[in-house]
Amino acid sequence: MSALQDLVTDVAAVPATPTKSLRLGMLASLAVLLLLLGAPLLLKSFVIFQITMVLIYAIAILGLNILTGGSGQVSLGHSAFYAIGAYSSAILIEHYDVHYGLTLPVAGVVCFAFGFLFGLPALRLSGVYLALATFALAIAMPQLLKLSVFERWTGGVQGLVVTKPDAPFGLPISQDVWLYGVTLAIALAVYLTAVNLLTSRSGRAMMAIRDNEIAACAMGVDVALYKTLAFGISAGITGVAGGLGAIAVQFVAPDSYTIQLAIALFVGMVVGGVGWLPGSLVGAGFIVFVPNLAEGISKGLSGAVFGVILILVIFLAPHGARQIATRVQHWMHRLRSK
Amino acid sequence: MISIQTLRCAVLSTALIALTATAALAQKKYDTGASDAEIRIGNILPYSGPASAYGVIGRIEAAYFKMLNEQGGINGRKINFISYDDGYSPAKAVEQARKLVESDEVLFIAGALGTPSNSAIQKYMNARKVPQLFAASGATKFGDYKTFPWTMGWQPAYQSEGRIYAAHLLREKPDAKIAVLYQNDDFGKDLLKGLKDGLGDNAAMIVAEDSYEVAEPSIDSHIVKLKSSGADALVSITTPKFAAQALKKAAELDWKPTYFQSNVASSVGGVLKPAGFAIAQGVLSANYAKDGADAQWDDDAGMKNFYGFLAKYAPDANRADGAVVYGYGHAQTVAQVLKQAGDNLTRDNIMKQAANLKDFAPDTLLPGITINTSASDFHPIEQLQMMRFEGETWQLFGPIVTAEIGG
Repeated sequence: MSALQDLVTDVAAVPATPTKSLRLGMLASLAVLLLLLGAPLLLKSFVIFQITMVLIYAIAILGLNILTGGSGQVSLGHSAFYAIGAYSSAILIEHYDVHYGLTLPVAGVVCFAFGFLFGLPALRLSGVYLALATFALAIAMPQLLKLSVFERWTGGVQGLVVTKPDAPFGLPISQDVWLYGVTLAIALAVYLTAVNLLTSRSGRAMMAIRDNEIAACAMGVDVALYKTLAFGISAGITGVAGGLGAIAVQFVAPDSYTIQLAIALFVGMVVGGVGWLPGSLVGAGFIVFVPNLAEGISKGLSGAVFGVILILVIFLAPHGARQIATRVQHWMHRLRSK
Repeated sequence: MISIQTLRCAVLSTALIALTATAALAQKKYDTGASDAEIRIGNILPYSGPASAYGVIGRIEAAYFKMLNEQGGINGRKINFISYDDGYSPAKAVEQARKLVESDEVLFIAGALGTPSNSAIQKYMNARKVPQLFAASGATKFGDYKTFPWTMGWQPAYQSEGRIYAAHLLREKPDAKIAVLYQNDDFGKDLLKGLKDGLGDNAAMIVAEDSYEVAEPSIDSHIVKLKSSGADALVSITTPKFAAQALKKAAELDWKPTYFQSNVASSVGGVLKPAGFAIAQGVLSANYAKDGADAQWDDDAGMKNFYGFLAKYAPDANRADGAVVYGYGHAQTVAQVLKQAGDNLTRDNIMKQAANLKDFAPDTLLPGITINTSASDFHPIEQLQMMRFEGETWQLFGPIVTAEIGG
C-alpha cells in the first residue's frame, strides 16, 4: 500500500512546473523523433515490427499515465480496455469490412465510454481499493471474451484473425513499414494531445485532485467529473493502442489480454516514470525488450532474471526514466555553466 | 621457382576440384537456414507464464537434437535448434516467429505450442511460405492443407478423441445419460464438439454440460452439480490438476459413472496416482503414446531407446511427465522429415516430405499407431486406442481406432 502511495505522492513532490516536467526539451524531442523516422531505412522488418509494438505499448502506457500520473488513480486493469479496443477493431475489420483507419477512433470512443462508466463506481474507491477493483476487471475480461453469447462476433476461444493492411496508393513500402508509419503518426498525435491536455485547465484540475483532493474540491474543482473523465480518456487512449495492436499482431484471442498484460503496462509506466509522458516510450521498450534479454541470459529462469532486472531498476532509479533524464539534464547544465 | 609442370598440375587439380564441387552443388539445394554444415530449426514455447509446465518439451527436443549432433547430425548436417519463449501470449509468439524467420533465418519452425500462439503465427508463416511444422495443438484447424499449405499439426485432433468416446458409448452403453465437464477454452470446446459430432442424432444423450475456468481453484461444485443431473456417464475434458480434483470429488460423493478422462490428463504419475489408484479403477481414456511411468513398457524396444536417451541427455527430466514423452516423439518426427529431405533442403521440399510420411513409428507411440501424411492429409497422428485403468496401469483394449475428421 505504501509503495503505491509513495509513487503517486512522489510525483507531486517534484518541484518543477508541470509543463516542463511533462515533456522532453525541444532538442531531445527532435532527436527521438528523427531516430524514429529514420528507423525503417536502417532496420530489418522484424525489428520494425518490434518497434511498432513498442510504440503501441507506449500509447497504452501513456493512457495509463494520464490516469495515474495525471489524476492519481491507480489501475491494474488497463489490459481490459486494451482488449476492448483490440476486439472493437478486429470485429469491425473482419465482420463489417470497415477500413482499419476508421476502426481506431471507434475503438477509442468505445473504450472511452467503458472507461467513463467504470470510472463512476470507481469514484468511491481510492488507492489500493481502486487497484483491486481494476484488477478484478482485468481478471474478468478474458472470460467475458470467451462467453458464448458473444461468440458470433469474438470467435470465442479461437479468437479472430485480422488482415494486415497494405500501403495505400501503391506506395512501394512493405506492410510493416506502412503500419509503423501509421503507428508513429498516431503515437505522436496522442502524445501531443496528452501533453496539451495535462497542461490545460482540465489537466491542472486533475493534478490538483491528485495532489490534494480536498483542497481541489475547496477550490471548486468538480472532483467526480474530472476523475471519471480521466478514467474515460485514459481508457480511450489505451483502446486505440489495443486496436493498433490487433492490426499489428493480426490476431486477437482472449489469452492475449490476461492480467499479465495489465501488469506489464503497469511495470512499463513505473519504469518510465509515473506522470512523465515521454517515459511511456522508455517503459514500453522495457516491457518489449527486457523479457527477451532475460530469456537470453537463462531460459529456465527468464522470469526470475526479469524480476532481478526490475528490482535493480527500481532500486537504482525509483522514479524510472524520468529520474535519469532529470539527472542528465542536470549534468548538461553544469557542463554548460563551467 | 615453380616449374611449369607443377603449375599445370595445380591448375588441373583446381579445375577438377571446382568441377566436382559444382557437381555436388547441383545435387544440393538450400533455402535460407540450411547449408552443408547445419540446419536451423526454430521453435516457440511457453517457458514462462501460465503454461510454463510445457516448457520441458523444448528442453527435451533440444536434448534430442544434441544427441543427433553427437552422433554426426542428419545427413552430415548439425541441427541448430533455436527455441524462444512466448509466455503463452499470441502477441509475443508473433514477435518471436518473426525473429526466428527474419533474424535467425531458420529453415522452418517446428512445434510452436498452443492453439492461440499457432493461430497467431499461421497467417504470417503461410504468407512467408515458411513451414509451420507439427504445431503442438490438437485443434483441428492446423490440418487445413487447402487454406494453409504451410501449416501442419502433429497429435490427434481433440475432435478425434471426442468421436472415439462417442463411438465407445454408443456401442457399450447406448442408453447412457452423459454429463460433460469441460475446460472453457479451445481444447475443451473442440473435444466436446467431437463428442457431439460422434453422437450425431443421439446428442440428446448428453443431459448436463458444465464448464470451468483454468483460474478456478477448485471444481468441486461443478461435480456436485453434474451428479445431481442423474447422469451415469461422465466425460471429464480436463487438464491434469482439475482431472485429479474431479476424480476425487466424484469418489467422495460416491458417484460411480462410466468415467472418461481426456487424454491430456491421463498421466499415471501426474493425475491418477495423486487422485488415488483405488478411486481411478475402471476409468476410461484413449491414447496414442506410451506412458513413461507405466511398467508394462519397460521391455519395449522403443521405450528402451527413450529411457536410454533420458538417462544420458536429460537425467533430471521426469519420465512420468507426458510432456517429456511428447517432446521426444515430436523431435523424432522432425528428424525423420529432415532425413527424408536428404540434400534437398528447400522449404518446399520440407513441406513435401512432411506430407509424405509413411507408416513412420516414433519410439514413443503405441504399438500399431503410425504417422501417415499425404498431400491431402495434414493430420500426422490420427489413431487412438481405448484404454481402461486397472491396478496401477492403463490396459489397452479394443482395436486401434482411426478417427478422421472431415474437412
